[in-house]
Amino acid sequence: MPTNTYLNAATTLKSWLLTRDHKRIALMYIAGITFFFGIGGFFAALIRLELVTPAGDLLTDETYNKVFTMHGVMMVFFVLIPLIPASLGNFLLPLMLGTKDVAFPKLNLLSFYVYLFGSLFTLYAIVAGGLDTGWTFYTPFSTVASTSAVVPAALGIFINGFSSILTGLNFMVTIHKMRAPGLTWFRLPLFVWALYATSLIQVLGTPVVAITIVLVAAERIFGFGLFNPAVGGDPVLFQHLFWFYSHPAVYIMILPAMGVVSEVIAGMARKQIFGYSFVAFSSLGIAIVGFLVWGHHMFVAGQSIYSALVFSVLTFIVAIPSAVKVFNWTATMYKGSISWQTPMIYVAGFIGLFAIGGLTGLFLAAMGLDIHVTDTYFIVAHFHYVMVGGAIMGYMAGIHYWWPKITGRMYNEFLGKVSAAIVFIGFNLTFFPQFIAGYAGMPRRYHAYADAYQVWNVLSSAGASILAVGFTMPLLYLAWSLKNGEIAGDNPWGAVGLEWNTTSPPPTENFHTQPIVTWDAYEYPTPVEGHVV
Amino acid sequence: MSDNHNQHHIVPLSTYYTIFLALMVGTALTWWVATIDLGAMNNVIMLTIAVTKATLVVLFFMHVKYSSKLIWLAVGGSIFFLLILIVLTLNDYMARGWYTFG
Amino acid sequence: MSNGAAVAHDAHAHHPALAHHFESLDAQKEASVLGMWLFLVTEILFFGGALTAYMIYRTWYPDAFAVASSEIAILPGAINTAVLILSSLTMALAVHAAQTGERGKILVFIAITMVLGAAFLGIKAYEYHEKYVEGHIPGLGLPFRFEEEYYRPAQIFFSIYFVLTGLHALHMIIGLGIMTWMLVLTRKGVITPEYYAPIEISGLYWHFVDIVWIFLFPLLYLIGRHVHHVG
Ligand SMILES: [Cu+2]
Repeated sequence: MPTNTYLNAATTLKSWLLTRDHKRIALMYIAGITFFFGIGGFFAALIRLELVTPAGDLLTDETYNKVFTMHGVMMVFFVLIPLIPASLGNFLLPLMLGTKDVAFPKLNLLSFYVYLFGSLFTLYAIVAGGLDTGWTFYTPFSTVASTSAVVPAALGIFINGFSSILTGLNFMVTIHKMRAPGLTWFRLPLFVWALYATSLIQVLGTPVVAITIVLVAAERIFGFGLFNPAVGGDPVLFQHLFWFYSHPAVYIMILPAMGVVSEVIAGMARKQIFGYSFVAFSSLGIAIVGFLVWGHHMFVAGQSIYSALVFSVLTFIVAIPSAVKVFNWTATMYKGSISWQTPMIYVAGFIGLFAIGGLTGLFLAAMGLDIHVTDTYFIVAHFHYVMVGGAIMGYMAGIHYWWPKITGRMYNEFLGKVSAAIVFIGFNLTFFPQFIAGYAGMPRRYHAYADAYQVWNVLSSAGASILAVGFTMPLLYLAWSLKNGEIAGDNPWGAVGLEWNTTSPPPTENFHTQPIVTWDAYEYPTPVEGHVV
Repeated sequence: MSDNHNQHHIVPLSTYYTIFLALMVGTALTWWVATIDLGAMNNVIMLTIAVTKATLVVLFFMHVKYSSKLIWLAVGGSIFFLLILIVLTLNDYMARGWYTFG
Repeated sequence: MSNGAAVAHDAHAHHPALAHHFESLDAQKEASVLGMWLFLVTEILFFGGALTAYMIYRTWYPDAFAVASSEIAILPGAINTAVLILSSLTMALAVHAAQTGERGKILVFIAITMVLGAAFLGIKAYEYHEKYVEGHIPGLGLPFRFEEEYYRPAQIFFSIYFVLTGLHALHMIIGLGIMTWMLVLTRKGVITPEYYAPIEISGLYWHFVDIVWIFLFPLLYLIGRHVHHVG
């Protein structure tokens, strides 16, 4: 192990809590995200337990409303949104750019504490009476009808929004202003392009959901009539404002995961990514076109048919850049000598699950079908395939890929592969039956359901318990590896990229000498030729 | 005005005073226009004046005229995405009542 | 980069305000200015969301909005517009003084800017009180008084009025906090012609808040004036 690393530079608690080192901040985010993933998972477990039997016997209907709401709120705002940018992004961005830190290190630390404060505030809302509006806070229920703790929960999310904005802003300035000499835009790793596109959405979208929350709070606290039909307001306007952010928010979750996938595929197939600039620009394309499609959440909400048609067509268009990525990854892997290690298995899982999530998204973009399955488990299955199958699988791939860089140690490869397989199997068993139950008409957000759906729900709950095992295993073997893992060395995968050109773990200042970049991204020697001939 | 630092553009004071006067005149003009009946043109004129005033502040008080393309892009981009929000939302409301479900 | 920039780099190598991860003070300033602009991007979309709600309801209830808008007295709003524009000028002059290194002038101009900001808030408070007296507060359990025909949509207008002006006033208050901080920095001698980024980006924020008001004034005070001569 190198003697001078960011981990042993100082070891007091204060040196962690007040650190401005992006790598330490990343680790604190990982701890926070893992904690809230546990809490969100606990609520998920309650949901799956309740749904084993058709009768609403474990939780009352009101408690059930609060449980699925808290599951959604915790997972969306405090796990998925910061998931990759704040953790892996924070750790890797300055390393990949060949610089010492992000542009505004103090802001970076502030962003973490804002995240912590906001999320704890929302946790407090659970104690203060819970929240039963669903994570979407639809009006007028959230403003005039709900008796639960809407304002504390919403305030926590509002505060957390600043964290997201500050991270995005910080990353954008960092990418523009802090690149190492010679590191032009088209030499950047695709993960950096993905982070840039993500930051764009964070900066442009988050303020709109912030003002929406302010309007809901103003209506609830002061009794203003902003979305209230009683004074002539329109609840659908809330949905427009809410989804202007919340659809692109899905890309805040998925784009960085796609960036991770590009890195892992290049590293594991030891090849230049096929169609580099297409993959790079498709990230920006997704970020921009993603702002044009929000109305597909409102096909039955009372928007005009003409408007729904426009949103439907635009939604089909946003699938194109995602498909470009999948095709280019596949083309990269074609005839590559891929080493199937743990990160690569997660990536394979990502591609399979995201393909299903994305393609069912196309089903839903078609208005006729969407109206049929609106508010059924089909929707629940679809967005879990995207958010868990996409974002979380990408995160797991990234954690396993860069773990040796972050900690300097290797985890147990066998356990890694087994857990990746268990997650994949458990995930499909949990959520594929929900497609079927949903298509057959099982509505979401009820604690009781018709007997005919029981078989699918039992399968789903069984799958959830397997999934829980799959997610617990990495927690254990990764923790174990911290002390006992093999020393990884600076570049265990033999990958190219600036982050592999420094020690594992890196020193506080990242590099011992300022890197000067004279090569393109993923410039691997080309052994593939000899392979073919 | 001498200019010691190439990269720190110092705007001459006279420019600031001129912009200030233009902004005050614009305000007076807005008030005056508001009181005469020009039909739909009232709003058009008032908003045109407001946009002009805002542009003057952005270009001169906020130094965007002397800034990099990147800053222009940030300003332009934010207006572009705001327009997406407004246009696609209005798009719905304008078409309400053309047809309805059922 | 000119030769001058390279020389400047050496001269500032040990400048106390230069963070370790930046090449030079100029690079650092460029980064902070870009960061502030990106923050203003978020502000544009934040106010933009509320303006979208305004536009939708105004197209739905054009008459009610015109009548309700005429209930607001123009004069205080117009005076406030002038006050804010003047404060933008003094802010610009403060940045100018920072660029030329006239510390006394920086202090004076920031102080004037703050006085004008406080005056704006005072006038705003007076206006809110008038609304309270007239029964035009559409919430807080207060009686809302308005002519029968527009009773409901007028509440929407005044809800948006209070949200927009309230958020604007909140930004003014934050601005006063920032300006206080700038006074302290300047007094301490941190601000020099080489390092005045804090004043510059505080100025950007202040001007932005001014721009918001430039739009709010015609949108909230003047939309029905040519038809309804009430206030
Ligand atoms: Cu969507």
